[in-house]
Amino acid sequence: MNIEAVKSIYFFEMARTRRTLLQSVVSPVISTSLYFIVFGAAIGARIQEIDGVSYGAFITPGLMMLTLLTQCIGNGSFGIYFPKFTGTIYEVLSSPISMVEIVLGYVGAAATKGLMIGTIILATASLFVDLSIAHPFVMLFFFVLTAITFSLFGFIIGIWAKDFEQLNLIPMLVVPPLVFLGGSFYSIDMLPPFWRAISHFNPVLYLISGFRWSFFEISDVNPVASAAIILVFLTICMSVLTWIFRTGYKLRN
Amino acid sequence: MAPIVSVSNLSKTYASGFEALKGVSLDIEQGEILALLGPNGAGKTTMISIICGIVNASGGHVTVGGHDVVRDFRQTRAMIGLVPQELTTDAFETVWNTVSFSRGLHGKKPDPAHIEKVLKDLSLWEKRNNMLRELSGGMKRRVLIAKALSHEPRVLFLDEPTAGVDVNLRKSMWDVVRGLRASGVTIILTTHYIEEAEEIADRIAVINGGEILLVEEKAALMTKLGRKQLRVDLAHPLERVPDTLSSYNLTLEGDGHCLIYDYDTSAERTGITALLAALAEAGIRLKDISTRQSSLEDIFVEIVGAGQ
Repeated sequence: MNIEAVKSIYFFEMARTRRTLLQSVVSPVISTSLYFIVFGAAIGARIQEIDGVSYGAFITPGLMMLTLLTQCIGNGSFGIYFPKFTGTIYEVLSSPISMVEIVLGYVGAAATKGLMIGTIILATASLFVDLSIAHPFVMLFFFVLTAITFSLFGFIIGIWAKDFEQLNLIPMLVVPPLVFLGGSFYSIDMLPPFWRAISHFNPVLYLISGFRWSFFEISDVNPVASAAIILVFLTICMSVLTWIFRTGYKLRN
Repeated sequence: MAPIVSVSNLSKTYASGFEALKGVSLDIEQGEILALLGPNGAGKTTMISIICGIVNASGGHVTVGGHDVVRDFRQTRAMIGLVPQELTTDAFETVWNTVSFSRGLHGKKPDPAHIEKVLKDLSLWEKRNNMLRELSGGMKRRVLIAKALSHEPRVLFLDEPTAGVDVNLRKSMWDVVRGLRASGVTIILTTHYIEEAEEIADRIAVINGGEILLVEEKAALMTKLGRKQLRVDLAHPLERVPDTLSSYNLTLEGDGHCLIYDYDTSAERTGITALLAALAEAGIRLKDISTRQSSLEDIFVEIVGAGQ
């Protein structure tokens, strides 16, 4: 194990986060505050409690997931795409470092950053609403595993992407609809039966539901199913990466 | 002594179908400077990329220090420093950070004293806290060399290191290269400036169309393939070469103002004395004489041209 290399990549990536502190940290805090002002205070005041939870508190896990998914995919993909784009990837590829170590460095940094921002969102949210976490360990399970899984997913996108448009395609076009339609701002019980059935095909619903269960013990789907979905998605991402490493796909060809 | 780098029967066909290497074999000896010459698209960079692990080979294998570059990639890549052809740098990093990063990637613990020495040797010390985007092209090139030297490699690949570098910097870079060689580092360089290879290399390999056309000690190559030419400027022009001189295989140039005599430097008798005597005997008056030795560039053009 080339620990020095993993550390180098990890801290190199984290240094970029420090350099872009305003964009990385301040902007998600501002957008979350806006969500709370609009949905929590303005509209939320007119929405009754959902399963005994105030609307402002209800949307907090969904907002954390929205940020976590976007941040992890963004960081995971950018971290590996940027050296590919500038050409500095040559150095990583010619170093005595295995693919697993490359992933540990890049994905570790992306997930760390996502978790940091998720935590900041949670702290921001607690300024607006009363929050309690019923199952802290389950909450951490979903929080950490989602961060790792979606950072891996981002890493795969970063390897696959040929240009900046492809790089942004999934984070910009696919993730927001899945998150918004995955029950971030409502319980799917509020939907007509047809749309409720459709929603069950949205994997993000399971993440948000499981995550929300860890806070309030209310969920749209069984939390065990949520845990299974995240583990399945993690397995898929790891399998795809294994294939990429074995074939050198887009990296060593 | 076993070669430090051994390339055997290496082939590479890209996904596009382009056959960049067609079964190349090459041994590189420890401590030498090998110049790899070839026109654009000859396969130089592909070969270097495979040795360094950036590109997967389609066939054949490579060992560095006796280790296979695929199976024992940790050992081989730790030994290798690579200066790529393209000026690829992280625009927003400082010189110090990017060079330290390279050392870490190669699994070496931080060693500020070594990084300081490398930066000073390459006259980058003053710029250590500058961001890379603030540097000139020549300085970025030096940063790439510093990155390659950050982990104290035993084998250094320089892919077109002097492209776009001014004369002074080029000279100081070659001083660094000579210093490295003196410390036992093996150096493989590709360059378009053939006179540089002529000046610095111990051996020359010529590659074209994915095949090695020749590998030879530079000195031997120059004598074997090098020709010398004697040029005699005449006081009065000749219409044709006089019959008395026909045995010398002379050519008349410059509207009859100049006689050209090709001779073999390695032959025991060059025939120059006899030729000059014969010219005097024929009553031909000379204005000037000069000799010219074919350069490595001439030889290179000849070899590559013949291979096509």
